[in-house]
Amino acid sequence: MSERPDRPARRDWPLWEIFVRSRRGLSHTHVGSLHAPDAEMALRNARDLYTRRQEGVSIWVVPAAQIVATSPDEKDAFFDPAADKIYRHPTFYDIPEGVDHL
Amino acid sequence: MNAATSWTYVLRLGDDALVMSQRLGEWIATSPQLEEDVAVGNIALDLLGQARTLLTHAGELEGAGRDEDALAYFRDEREFTNVHLCELANGDFGHTMARLLVFSAYQSELYAQLSTSSDPTLAAVAAKALKEVSYHRDHATQWVLRLGDGTEESRRRMQAGIDAVWPYTFELFEADRLLDEQVEAGVAADPVAMQPPWSAYVTTVLQKATLALPTAVPAVTGGRRGIHTEQMGFLLAEMQHLARSHPGATW
Repeated sequence: MSERPDRPARRDWPLWEIFVRSRRGLSHTHVGSLHAPDAEMALRNARDLYTRRQEGVSIWVVPAAQIVATSPDEKDAFFDPAADKIYRHPTFYDIPEGVDHL
Repeated sequence: MNAATSWTYVLRLGDDALVMSQRLGEWIATSPQLEEDVAVGNIALDLLGQARTLLTHAGELEGAGRDEDALAYFRDEREFTNVHLCELANGDFGHTMARLLVFSAYQSELYAQLSTSSDPTLAAVAAKALKEVSYHRDHATQWVLRLGDGTEESRRRMQAGIDAVWPYTFELFEADRLLDEQVEAGVAADPVAMQPPWSAYVTTVLQKATLALPTAVPAVTGGRRGIHTEQMGFLLAEMQHLARSHPGATW
């Protein structure tokens, strides 16, 4: 019990990003990340960490290193040009009376 | 309620689950990884849930007005009927996973059989618990495979763990008159039928994990009669201290 095996190796466990589908018909949603030695254990850890309270019916695990993400430095070029293009939003149509949602 | 069910038989099942839960709970905050804290904690809580239902049922069958708390916290060592396997000190993580493997594989066979017990309460508990222990067995299996077929050091520890718990597995399938009668009555799971599939499962996992099948002889038994190892007293002291110091305390 007092033994602490594999201290250094533990840090080598890769990080996994976890996606959970909360119920049929919905998409998998990113819920967080965890460490695990491999994909199978990542699935099990995710089950224990993220679906303890019946949050899900399906889990995806993805190696965090495999995710290609936008860089914060590129934020302006990537996202700002959409800011002034209000014509891309469907806000110029008259909604027929009696229709609450379109 | 089924009059044919012996309260002692149900007590045995409850004590196994309770004591195993207590041991696993000791890993919380000390296991190899934060994720494993949660996993072992979940397993311990599953077992505690089984223990609560089983002890409650045992108390009802006994008919002396003892509830789950009275049975868990206010019995002394000689009145506990769990097998020695459950009370052994945790050892290292390999030892704990070795015990979880053999115990959850046993519980899988046990609850599979009990789900058709003539005692409807036992059958219902077993049907629910079967899903839980299937996961426990899977968790232990995954670790035994990885540690057994891992580094030289992890393999050495995993083999040591299996070798250490093996002598205590025989008690799981030990029959006595009470058990024979309960099997006869259609209440209890038959150890003769449970042992071969248990053995097949555990042997397959050990082979896949490149571990040697232990050849150890059976350890001295006696848990079912209230004769325990020296480690049992320490476990009970920790488990029962609070309830005995502050009877009826709630939060």
